[in-house]
Amino acid sequence: MLELNKVTKRFGDTVAVNNVSLSFAPGQMVGIIGRSGAGKSTLLRLINRLTSIGEGRITYGDIDVAALEGKQLRAWRARCAMIFQQFNLVNRLDVLTNVLIGRIGTAATLPVMFKRFPASDRASAVMALDRLDLLPQGLQRADTLSGGQQQRVAIARALMQKPSLILADEPIASLDPRNARLVMDALHAINKQDKITVICNLHTLDAARAYCDRIVGMAHGSVVFDGSPTQLTSAVIQQIYGDESEDAVDETLTSTMGAQLPVRTAAERHLEAAH
Amino acid sequence: MSAVSPAGSPLAANRQGERIASFEGRYRREQNVRRLWTLGYGALFVLALLASVAVSDFSIPGLVQGLPKAWNYIAGTLPKLSRATLGADLADWFWGLRYWLRLLFETILMGFIGTVLGGVLALALCFAASRNLVTNSAIYFMARRTLEFLRTVPELVFALIFVFAFGLGPFAGVLAIAIHTAGSLGKLFAEVNENVDERPLEGVRAAGGNWPMVMRLGVVPQALPNYASYLLLRLEINVRGASALGIVGAGGIGQELYVAIRQFEYTDISAIMLLLIATTSVIDITCETIRHRLIGHDLTGAD
Repeated sequence: MLELNKVTKRFGDTVAVNNVSLSFAPGQMVGIIGRSGAGKSTLLRLINRLTSIGEGRITYGDIDVAALEGKQLRAWRARCAMIFQQFNLVNRLDVLTNVLIGRIGTAATLPVMFKRFPASDRASAVMALDRLDLLPQGLQRADTLSGGQQQRVAIARALMQKPSLILADEPIASLDPRNARLVMDALHAINKQDKITVICNLHTLDAARAYCDRIVGMAHGSVVFDGSPTQLTSAVIQQIYGDESEDAVDETLTSTMGAQLPVRTAAERHLEAAH
Repeated sequence: MSAVSPAGSPLAANRQGERIASFEGRYRREQNVRRLWTLGYGALFVLALLASVAVSDFSIPGLVQGLPKAWNYIAGTLPKLSRATLGADLADWFWGLRYWLRLLFETILMGFIGTVLGGVLALALCFAASRNLVTNSAIYFMARRTLEFLRTVPELVFALIFVFAFGLGPFAGVLAIAIHTAGSLGKLFAEVNENVDERPLEGVRAAGGNWPMVMRLGVVPQALPNYASYLLLRLEINVRGASALGIVGAGGIGQELYVAIRQFEYTDISAIMLLLIATTSVIDITCETIRHRLIGHDLTGAD
């Protein structure tokens, strides 16, 4: 169980994450929603320590995440695999090597300097690529792939890390609707089949509603909502996305998933709001 | 209110006029400030130019008087070739061709080995000298200063020291070239490193990579074409540089050229100079072709 206890992170004068306490049970698929700058990315980066923890505690079982250093920190980062909005692959390396990078968290330094990986690692990389339908592209340079394919390579890299949880930071924000669906489907399948906890930052409501068991809403660094998708009423949405000056939030305008998903009509939403 | 106010409302038109006038005022002020800065820098530049002319004794009349003398020297080194005995004349001019070619080959090898050794050293130092790759500013400071020291001491000075330490011959020259190369290439490599995309680095770090792994898998693949390009550029420079090191006894064809100049063997001077010019041009052209192919490939191949 991953637990965040009164976590606060400041960058200079701005408070990016403000007194956040959350716990994530194993195997959950959690969507974190909120406007840009609400602190979603910082929250994920605190969990895998790409950003140092300011105040508060983050624990996983009996691991105190803030106290990790050196080898243990690397092993922890490998355990919570991260998926980025811009994929963050190494463009000039081939796809296979990019996937093998998932193994460096527990690998010795010297062989990695010569890009040497054991045959067993290569075998599991091939299996991960095959699972994501990317085996034919395995020897191509990563930058020759489309955005959706690159994000799936990143997911294969994440799988190579044998993670306990996957942190996905806006994984579909730079993708077209069809690829967005492919990527979300892959994350969902991994969550269900491998029982890996997935914490996914999304800035669109429909993706969160369609894929997540639980939704956390953030505004100005604080958690303002934590519940199931059905509890997400328009009043709550207003609180997460709206500002006093702005008009009501139109959910259909934030859609990235395209028309093939069961998009709720306005009437349905009003019904929900009435419950 | 839209950008163009309706013609019928004089009040709105008036307000728009005010807004435009105030913008115009702001624009003028901004322009004046910029012009002032440009003038200031221009004045500084002219001042610096005048000062350096005064200090370095540069004078146009001196140039006009001296140039013909320089030409006389060059013309004096050229042998008399006649059409009837061209073959014999050329053979006479390039009498030491085989020996010179051997020395020339030695010069190229000196430049090559010096570049390789210097490149390895530069690669070892460049990551610590990149602002974006090190958090410890003491390490950064040390790496930067080391590179600075290596490249600010002239090659000839290093060569003199090494000739004293290791004796006459190409070994001293190679070391001198390698050290100077490490300094200048290290700085250029570090600058390449500072321009890499941060995102792959973050990807490698998030997968659990330590610092050397982030450098190897995140930085090097991105920077490699630029490293190669700078390395080839340096090879051009070093072959040229190696031919001068002979003057202090550090091997290569420079030694022979220096002897020819000292002993007034005029036609030897021109023969060796021609060979040198031809060789460096060939290397320049080859390196440039490879470099352009590298960069061009990268431009069309990348995102």
